[in-house]
Amino acid sequence: MSVFEKLTPVLTKRWLSPDAWRLDVYEQLDGYAALRKALQVHPDDLIALVKDSGLRGRGGAGFPTGLKWGFIPQNDGKPHYLVINADEGEPGTCKDLPLMTYDPHALVEGAIIASYAIRANRAFIYIRGEAVHAARRLRHAVQEAYKAGYLGQNILGSGFDLDLVVHSGAGAYICGEETALLDSLEGMRGQPRLRPPFPATHGLYACPTVVNNVGTIASVPYIVLGGAAWWKTMGTEKSSGPMIYSLSGRIQQPGQYECSLGITLRELIELAGGMTPGHNLRFWTPGGSSTPLLTADHLDVPLDFDSVAAAGSILGTTATQIFSDQDCPVYATYRWLEFYHHESCGKCTPCREGNYWMVRVYRRILSGQGSHEDLDTLLDTADNILGRSFCGLGDGATSSVTSSLQYFKQDYLDYIEGRKAPKLSEKALAGAH
Amino acid sequence: MSGFSTETYARAKEIIARYPEGKQRSALLPLLHLVQNEDGHVSPEGVAFCAEQLGLTKAQVGAVATFYTMYKRRPTGEYLVSVCTNTMCDVLGGQSIFDALSDHLGVGHDETTPDGKITLEHAECLAACDYGPVVTVNYDFVDGLDPESAVRLTEDLAAGRPVQPSRGARLCSLKEMALQLAGFADERDGAVADGPAGEPTLRGVKLAQQYGISPAGFDLNTPIPSAANGAKQ
Repeated sequence: MSVFEKLTPVLTKRWLSPDAWRLDVYEQLDGYAALRKALQVHPDDLIALVKDSGLRGRGGAGFPTGLKWGFIPQNDGKPHYLVINADEGEPGTCKDLPLMTYDPHALVEGAIIASYAIRANRAFIYIRGEAVHAARRLRHAVQEAYKAGYLGQNILGSGFDLDLVVHSGAGAYICGEETALLDSLEGMRGQPRLRPPFPATHGLYACPTVVNNVGTIASVPYIVLGGAAWWKTMGTEKSSGPMIYSLSGRIQQPGQYECSLGITLRELIELAGGMTPGHNLRFWTPGGSSTPLLTADHLDVPLDFDSVAAAGSILGTTATQIFSDQDCPVYATYRWLEFYHHESCGKCTPCREGNYWMVRVYRRILSGQGSHEDLDTLLDTADNILGRSFCGLGDGATSSVTSSLQYFKQDYLDYIEGRKAPKLSEKALAGAH
Repeated sequence: MSGFSTETYARAKEIIARYPEGKQRSALLPLLHLVQNEDGHVSPEGVAFCAEQLGLTKAQVGAVATFYTMYKRRPTGEYLVSVCTNTMCDVLGGQSIFDALSDHLGVGHDETTPDGKITLEHAECLAACDYGPVVTVNYDFVDGLDPESAVRLTEDLAAGRPVQPSRGARLCSLKEMALQLAGFADERDGAVADGPAGEPTLRGVKLAQQYGISPAGFDLNTPIPSAANGAKQ
């Protein structure tokens, strides 16, 4: 079997049509056929269909989508909401922005079907502020959908009403966390909420709310059209369907590769034309910087939810950032920690303080002034952050710390014991002690 | 009362109407973008304006405004040049680009050139890692830069020469962009159509096309099983 047969162009297929962002072109490419079909059946049938498909969330956690929809209490007399998490920002991840830019109606159509299934009459797309062109296209698509009767009152004569608002964020990674996103959407600082209660019962405005990623919702029309059995012909038994893998770094052809879930990094690198000449794979993230690093020993791990977990990491957002023997895992981890330190919302002490101090320890090590004790300090700090905050941001920050210490301790020792030239200057060290 | 235009007041009303009755505070983020459309940053007057519109205190508005990096505390330039220096872009040359621009423009992070043309910032991951190192101007992507071409880009911006983002709409000013962020359509003729997809975006799907691969067995008339059949499941 050739590696090309692992490609499964489903969500990315319309990207080839330069004008698919326009309603007329989208409609020629099966657009809104799924909505017409969905409105013919009972909402519970749609929830059952999505359950049967085995679709799992594409935003990083991999929670079963149909199950999440099924948690929404029905006939409870409260308004229900669908909130789409389009706050793409996990370092390495770049699959949702192109989807919204080149195929925005796919997200709009998925949003209408999902809202119908969970009986929501209002939906919001919370899009990252910086994603301006995707937002332009999305807002245009929403306007077109209203004009065509796909949104608003009595959609296609079904009696179902839906209003959809595209809401731009303002630059805060934490708002990609679902409860921080809800607080932000309510006009507050984006800080996570303690769970339980979960958004399924107390989400937006304390009402039942489904929060789903862009890729999850954009998958729904295809499942409605092709059926659960067809969807399951792709992927693995417990990780069904296609997935957009975002490849970046030391490879010949970085880019978006939509493949059957369970493809390996070895195969992905082959699809991407191999490593950049002169570079050998050293470390990589399977799903963004919040997932523990893997190494060249993990080239044949199937990149599905369960296999990556068994290998000690997380599939996350399938953002595979590929680093070579010319890149330093200690420096890479330091730079990620600067990010987590900057993006920590400050609500929980372990994350706020722990990241602040770990950045300083890394600066000390990288400027050639580290000690062996620093490595214990890092592990101890990571241990005190992990699982001790409201949300996963702090947990994610520890991923590269503990995994780089596990696989690349020698690199740390090389700085500490003076075998490797300092990577940071004295200037960068100000305030490090 | 603040000195905002009647148009801004009308737009504020339109923004607030997007959200459910009694939940108008949801309008705060778009309103903060809106005041940047007029002022170029969130000024004390802008904070007061938002507070007045939503019946909040200025402290409540200020607490939100200071949380988000896209709300600027000081006047900004006509163009915001953002350079990603997160890990991947850093190793691919983002830090060198930032350093070259900082030297050339004589400003550091979140600072503006004396002529008011350019604000420079280092940014965290901008979600285009397959194009790294990533640089944006007023949040639209300008791909394929190195330190030299990035310096030329800022010279062009400062001199008013046309700059076309690689995958976004034709450039507008940062203030104009703030209006779009507040949720208003880009009214410039053809702007929504601008910006072809770049090669990295299309690589996987083009490979599939080249090798004639598409998932087998897709039939859009596959019936949806009706176990529930309208009844309670």
